Amino acid sequence: MLCFPAVVESIGVRLAILVVILAAAAAAGLWRRRTDGRARAVGGEVRLTAADLGAELGARATLVQFSSPACAPCTSARRVLSEAAEAAPGIAHVEVDAADRLDLARSLSVLRTPTVLVLGPGGQVVARASGVPTRPQLSEALALAGA
Amino acid sequence: MSSPATTAARIDPRGPRFAAALTTIVLAIALLTGSAWVLLAQATVFATGAALGVQRSPYGLLYRNLVRPRFAPPAELEHPTPPRFAQLVGLAVTGVALVAAAAGVGAAVEVGAALALVAAFLNAAFGLCLGCELYLLLHRLRPAA
Repeated sequence: MLCFPAVVESIGVRLAILVVILAAAAAAGLWRRRTDGRARAVGGEVRLTAADLGAELGARATLVQFSSPACAPCTSARRVLSEAAEAAPGIAHVEVDAADRLDLARSLSVLRTPTVLVLGPGGQVVARASGVPTRPQLSEALALAGA
Repeated sequence: MSSPATTAARIDPRGPRFAAALTTIVLAIALLTGSAWVLLAQATVFATGAALGVQRSPYGLLYRNLVRPRFAPPAELEHPTPPRFAQLVGLAVTGVALVAAAAGVGAAVEVGAALALVAAFLNAAFGLCLGCELYLLLHRLRPAA
């Protein structure tokens, strides 16, 4: 019977385990980096209203950002999104503190911050991204809303 | 959104990442040697980071005194709270591992070191903000009001 403690007496085995762990972690980190900020289209069945958000919706699209306090990526996302909202008419940026609005976070399956939901003109959720979107990624996301 | 956690003085964001890199090395040594003492040393560093903030833990002080003076000031500062929370998570993982090792659980040191190592490595290599990731999930775990 292969006894686990006896096998890992060997430093060679431990080194191999270390390498495998770091390689798996690196793969996960790279995957996360690739998917961060990338918007994926969602059904559009869920609708948010101005009352839900406590803010006016944009005429063409609304960028709803779920944030947490003291979250550095949230600050970066805020910058990118508010620049886009200022640059183009009809695009609104609404920021929501996820912990303050746990009801929304739960119903919208928001698991991490920053998460950005792209709403169409009628408030329907057409796309979402987690992590900080780059400007090109944001343009793609807005395109999904037809904006 | 302001609270005691968000009004603390901001810190150089490279400090916690430097600390995470040192943590990665120490935990790799713990994994390779299976030494509970090495893990205990790292757990102690986590404890100081959780109690005082990363900038006042041993690795943070090393950064401030040896590394930071050699470089230009950072472009931006960040909140100290998420890195400090990550130190608390590290303390919890390594603490449990040490208790298990003391209780005679086999490979407890190695498993604890491996788990904490993954988190430290992801932070050092990718700047992954563990505090940001866990903060909302922990809030959501509380029963709906």
